[in-house]
Amino acid sequence: MIDFLWLPFSYGFMQRGFAAAVIVGGLCALVGCYVVLRSMAFMGDAMAHAILPGIAIAYLLGGNLQVGALIAAIAVALGIGFFSQEGEIKEDTAIGILFSAALSLGVALISRIRTYAVDLSHILFGDVLGVSPANLILIGGLAAAVILTVIIFYRPFLVVTFDPVLAKTLRMPTGLLRNLMLVLLSVTIVISLQTVGIGLVAAMLVTPAAAAYMLTRRLPVMMTYSILFGVLSGIIGLYLSYYLNIASGASIVLVATLIFLAAYFLSPRGRTLRGRLVRSRQ
Amino acid sequence: MTPSEISSETARLELDHVTVSYNGHPALDDVTFEVPHGAQVAVVGPNGAGKSTLFKALVGLLPLRRGSICIHGQPLGQHKDCVAYIPQREEVDWRFPVTVHDVVMMGRFGKVGWMSRPSAKDQAIVKRSLEQMSIEKLSSRPIGDLSGGQQQRVFLARALAQEPHILLMDEPFTAVDAGTQEATLHLLQDLKQLQVTVLVSTHDLPMASERFEKVILLNHRLVAYGTPAEVFSNLNISAAFGHQVLYLDGAIIVDECCAPDDETRRAQ
Repeated sequence: MIDFLWLPFSYGFMQRGFAAAVIVGGLCALVGCYVVLRSMAFMGDAMAHAILPGIAIAYLLGGNLQVGALIAAIAVALGIGFFSQEGEIKEDTAIGILFSAALSLGVALISRIRTYAVDLSHILFGDVLGVSPANLILIGGLAAAVILTVIIFYRPFLVVTFDPVLAKTLRMPTGLLRNLMLVLLSVTIVISLQTVGIGLVAAMLVTPAAAAYMLTRRLPVMMTYSILFGVLSGIIGLYLSYYLNIASGASIVLVATLIFLAAYFLSPRGRTLRGRLVRSRQ
Repeated sequence: MTPSEISSETARLELDHVTVSYNGHPALDDVTFEVPHGAQVAVVGPNGAGKSTLFKALVGLLPLRRGSICIHGQPLGQHKDCVAYIPQREEVDWRFPVTVHDVVMMGRFGKVGWMSRPSAKDQAIVKRSLEQMSIEKLSSRPIGDLSGGQQQRVFLARALAQEPHILLMDEPFTAVDAGTQEATLHLLQDLKQLQVTVLVSTHDLPMASERFEKVILLNHRLVAYGTPAEVFSNLNISAAFGHQVLYLDGAIIVDECCAPDDETRRAQ
């Protein structure tokens, strides 16, 4: 049993993969609490897809892909904020427009590159076993910065998320706080790229936080559960990936989904639901 | 609680030719009035008359298209948090993971620094506000577990914790139990002694005329402003409510059911 658990760690790339999966799982789960509570799941998914042109341009210019992704994500986040702030267009419409435009631009740019197919699949679905030591340092550093910001801004973020009207009457800089949250979301998505990829990062943002939401009605507790579920999904998912030889990003997300289903049906609300199902069968 | 604690200076509120648009329509049109120190004013008018818009403009949530709002003789935004706003129940996300104590403590966030912990004084004010609304026993409960009346008391307690000079309540008497209505009216009496200026929007015209010293009758424009006797003349009521209103044996009955503002808008 011990061997079973330790075997994957005999490889350097697996050690780095586990470290990345734990950091990304926990970080996505923490930031995901705000995503779930502010109903920003669509925004998270859109931003993940919208960074494709940034990556493509960075690739064409021979620059750092993650830096390109980060610039694109922040540009899209602020663009959505700009278009929806005036109240002329609803936020989900603004997201829909920018998201598909950016994705199209990304595909258009990538279609010019012949040899890109392999790299593209890594961007879409992640390549956690390809994390280099330099990557890992970048992931760790950015994750620490995001977590520190969430701790410092815990109280203003709480008010802006729960009651934007109160935040305004208290003369908090609501626009600035909102944009800061979007920037944190962008950074989180970018450092998740290598682990779960563009296609699956939205799941890591939403699923552990939604599972935690089923179990508690206190924000600090919700954040703790969510991080726990995110980290567990990363570790168990990577073991499954190693032993069953399946794609790592997908197995991490599937574990997170199983945790959500368990939380849903074990939660007080889920129990009444299950009771109803049993009764209707009788 | 002493008056000096809640407001060192009572509030004078002036609106001068205020016009506010909402979704492209003018929701408030050229509204001018002045509320003296510590007055309690009921804001009445048909559905969609701009009552909520007025409150949102007063807390700085909606930009003014024209005109100006002054508090203590200074333009809006010069004061940190002397205006507290109690939202309508449906504007709050009751499934949000916060406790009663968390919500009331938010009222202190304007005074507590972002990084520093709430002081003993902040804790004491929160405790006192909870006690004043008789919800101290619910302190650690999630807000989603409470009844409608208890939920409203949480927001009243939060407004108290803010120690405002001006308090705005949007429909506090709608869809709450008698006990909460009574608690709200008691609170109004306490606030009167503390000389807090209060604006309350309501559909309850008898309540507005019995419990408030001044009434604002609003229908996009200011129809009338003064004592209840001055405002509730048949002429003013018809001007504000149009076809919605019936006169039966001297009693005024307002029909709230059938989206009358569309009719009046078309008529204009």
